[in-house]
Amino acid sequence: MKKFDKERVLLAVAGPVIALVAAILLTSVVLIASGKSPIEPYTLMLQQAAYSDVQVLIINQASMYYLAALAVAIGFRMNLFNIGVDGQYRLAAMVTAVVGANIALPSFLQIPLLLIVGMLTGAFWAGVAGVLKVTRGVSEVVATIMLNAIATSLIGYLTLSNVWGVQVGNNMTTGVMRKSGWFPGINLGSDVGEIYGLVFLAIAMGVLYWVVLNRTRFGFDLRATGESETAAAASGVDAKKMVLTAMLISGAVAGLSGLPLLLGDSHTYSLSFPTGLGFTGITIALLGRNNPVGIAFAALLIAFLDKASPALDYATPVAYEKEIATIMQGLIVFAVVISYEAVRQWGLRRQQKRVGAELAAAAAQNNSEKKEVAAR
Amino acid sequence: MANHDIHLSVRKGTVHALVGENGAGKSTLMKILYGMQKPDEGTIAVDGEQVSFGSPADAIARGIGMVHQHFMLADNLTVLENVVLGSEKLYGIGAGARRKIKEISDRYGLGVRPDALVENLGVADRQRVEILKVLYRGARILILDEPTAVLVPQEVDALFHNLRELKSEGLSVIFISHKLGEVLSVADDITVIRRGTTVGTAVPAETTSRQLAEMMVGSELPTPETAESTVTDRPVLTVDKLRLEAEGGRAVLDDISFTIHAGEVLGIAGVEGNGQTELIEAIIGLKPADSGTITLLGEDVTAWATRRRREAGVGYIPEDRHRHGLLLEAPLWENRILGHVTERPNAKGFWLDIKGAQNDTRRIVEDYDVRTPGIDVTAASLSGGNQQKLIVGREMSHSPKFLIAAHPTRGVDVGAQAAIWDHIRDARREGLAVLLISADLDELIGLSDTLRVIYNGRLVADADPAAITPEALGSAMTGAASGHLEDTETTTDDDAGPEDEAR
Repeated sequence: MKKFDKERVLLAVAGPVIALVAAILLTSVVLIASGKSPIEPYTLMLQQAAYSDVQVLIINQASMYYLAALAVAIGFRMNLFNIGVDGQYRLAAMVTAVVGANIALPSFLQIPLLLIVGMLTGAFWAGVAGVLKVTRGVSEVVATIMLNAIATSLIGYLTLSNVWGVQVGNNMTTGVMRKSGWFPGINLGSDVGEIYGLVFLAIAMGVLYWVVLNRTRFGFDLRATGESETAAAASGVDAKKMVLTAMLISGAVAGLSGLPLLLGDSHTYSLSFPTGLGFTGITIALLGRNNPVGIAFAALLIAFLDKASPALDYATPVAYEKEIATIMQGLIVFAVVISYEAVRQWGLRRQQKRVGAELAAAAAQNNSEKKEVAAR
Repeated sequence: MANHDIHLSVRKGTVHALVGENGAGKSTLMKILYGMQKPDEGTIAVDGEQVSFGSPADAIARGIGMVHQHFMLADNLTVLENVVLGSEKLYGIGAGARRKIKEISDRYGLGVRPDALVENLGVADRQRVEILKVLYRGARILILDEPTAVLVPQEVDALFHNLRELKSEGLSVIFISHKLGEVLSVADDITVIRRGTTVGTAVPAETTSRQLAEMMVGSELPTPETAESTVTDRPVLTVDKLRLEAEGGRAVLDDISFTIHAGEVLGIAGVEGNGQTELIEAIIGLKPADSGTITLLGEDVTAWATRRRREAGVGYIPEDRHRHGLLLEAPLWENRILGHVTERPNAKGFWLDIKGAQNDTRRIVEDYDVRTPGIDVTAASLSGGNQQKLIVGREMSHSPKFLIAAHPTRGVDVGAQAAIWDHIRDARREGLAVLLISADLDELIGLSDTLRVIYNGRLVADADPAAITPEALGSAMTGAASGHLEDTETTTDDDAGPEDEAR
C-alpha cells in the first residue's frame, strides 16, 4: 500500500522537475544562440534572491500570484477554464478601492467589508460567464476572455474623473482609501521593506482550498465532475449547479488576489496597478498541478523570476536582457504541459503493469500453496 | 507478471478462440500481439518469421489488425472517413478509397455503405466498419475482442458468417470471448488462458462448454440452485406512460408503463439503441421525463434530482462503467464514495469520512473478490471484471430498494458472473426490486421473473422467462413479433439459462 503512495509522490514531483530542467536547458539554448553566456544569468538572478529586500518583494508578489492561481485551480479541478481571473481581480480591486475610499468604518468592520466587496465583485464578474455557460451553453473560455476585455473598458470608464476617478498628476486613481481599511504588514525596516499582512490570507486560502476539496462532500463532487462529467452526473451531481458554483468561488478567490497590494501598499487603484496576474496565475496553477503546496512553490518561483530579473539589465560587465525571465516563463508553460501528460500516462501504464504483476504473483503463490495441500 | 509461458499458435485460414477468466491475461496478451506492450521474454513469429513490435503501427505493417471491444469510431464522420482516417496514404481519401472499401465489403459480404454517417449505424454495422477498417489496412490476422458482447443472436450469426468468409479467403482470426457456446460453434481451435498462462487447448468437436468452463476456472463449476419465485405484491417502482423526447420532438421513449414489485426482477430485452439507455437515464433522473410519472415506494419521484433518488434507495450498475460508474484515475476508495457521497460510511454530515470509506472499500474488495493489490490503486489499473465487481459491491452495500442493473456481467468472467448473479438473487430474496437490462439473452431469461421487449422506444412484447427461447426473444427484439410471446417451437433445448450454460 505504501509503495503506491510513494510512487504517487514520485510521479507528482517528476512532472515539475522535468519541466523545469527542460525549461532551463531550452533557455540556455536561446542564450547560446544569441551569443551570451548560458550560465551567468542564472547565477546573477540567484545572487539577487539572497538580498532581503528582494526576498520581501518576492513574497509579496507570490501572495498575489498564489491567490490568482488558486482561483484558476478551482476551475481546473472541474475542467472549467476560468481565463477571466485577470478581469475579475482588476475589477474587484478597483471596486474595492472605490468602496474603501468612500466608506469609513472602524478597522474590524472596514477590512472584512473590503474583502467581501472584492470577493463579491470577482464572483459577480465570473458569474456572468457561469450563467452564460449554464443557460446558453457559451464556452466559459470565450466568455471569460471577452469579459476581460470588457473589464478593461469598464475600469477605464469608471475611473474617469467625472465618475469615480480622482486625477493625481497624470495618473488616474480612485482616491486614497480610508486608513481604517489599510491592512498592517510586517515591517522589516526601511531598507528591507514590508511584508503584506494579507500574505497570511493567501496561506489561509491555500489551507481552505485543500480542506474543501479533499475533505468535504462538495469538494468530492467538484473533483468527480472534473475527472468524469458523465460519472459525476450519474452519481447525482447537478452539473449546471456545479458549474455555476465553481465559477462563483473561482471568481471570489480571483477577487481577493489584487487585495494584498491594494490594502497593504498602494491604497488606491490607479493606472499603475499591476495587470496580468490572472494569466500568470494560469501558468502557476499548471506548474503547481492544482495542488496548494505545489502552487505555493510555483508562485514563489515565478515571483522570483519576476523580481530577480530586472537586475540582469544592470549587470556588469555584460548586461543581459531581463526578458530572459519572460522567455523562461513561456518555456516553463510548454514544458509543464508536455511533461505532465507524459508522466501521467507513463504512471498509469506503470501502475497497470504492476497491479497485474502483483496479482499474478499472488495467484502463483496461491497455486503453489494449493499444490502443497494436494500433495499431503 | 501478467503473462508467462504463453504458447499460442494460430493456423492460417482458421478461427482461433481465446478464452479465459477476466484478469487471466487475455488483454495483456492481445496488447503484446498488437504491439501496444513489449514482452519481457519470448518470441512472436508471423508466417514463420520472428518479429518484434514497438507499436501498433508495426503490427499493422505485419498484417495484424485489432477490432476493439469498445468501438473506436468518430460518430460524426461517415464510414468512408472513418476507414480512411489515419491511413490516408494507402488509397487516398476519395474515389480510390471508396472503390477499395466497396471491393473489401463485397468480397467478404460485409455490406458496408461508405457514405453512411456512423452515428446512424447500429452496433452490428459499426462492428463491420471496424472489421473493414482493419482489412483496409491490409490485415491478414484479425484480433476480435469480445465481438459478440453487444450483438443479438441473429447478428451473432451474421458475424460468424462474415468470419467464415474471412477464413475461406485465407485470413486468420483470433476470437476472444466469454460465451463458450459461441466459441464452440465458430472456432477451429481453442486456447484457454488461466492466471496469465495457457493451460490447454481444445478442439471444439470434442469439447463441451462445461469442460471448457472448468478449464478456465481450474476447478469444477458450482451448480447454481434453481431460482424459486420471490415476487411479492408490494410495488417498488411504477413507471406510468413515460415519454421522453429527443430534440425536435421525436419520441425516444413512448408510453412506457410497468411495475416492479419487491423481490421481482424485470428483464428488458432489446437491441441496443432502442431506448434502453434513455429508460435508465429517465429512471435515475439524468433526463427529465417529458410526460408520465415515476413512482418509487409510493412517492412520486418524477421531479426528483438524481442524488435524491439515489439517496432514496436506487442502486445503479451502469451499462458503460467507464463513463458512468467510475473515476478511472481516482483510487478505489474514492470510487467507493462515488454515487454515495452523502451516505454513511462515506460522509459524516458535511464532511467526508475517509477512514470509513477506506475501511468499507477493504470490506468490498474482500467480500466481492475484487482482485487488487490494495485500495489505493487507480480504478483504471483493474481489469474490467474486477471494476465491475467493485461497482456491484458498492451498489449492494447501500441496501438499495431498487436496483438498475444494466449489463451487470458484461465483460465479466464465469466465476465473477455467477457471483454477481448470486448477489442479485440474494438481494432479491430480501425484497430488492431489479430492472435488468442485458444483451445477454440467457442472462435475461435465467435471472428475470418477468420479461419485456423494448423496440423503437416502446415496450412491444412481454414473455414468461420460463417458457421462452433466446431465438423467440431475438425475433421480437427486431420488431418481428409483438404482444405476449409464446414459444411456438416444440424443442426442449431451452434449458440453457445461466443455471446451466457457463459463459
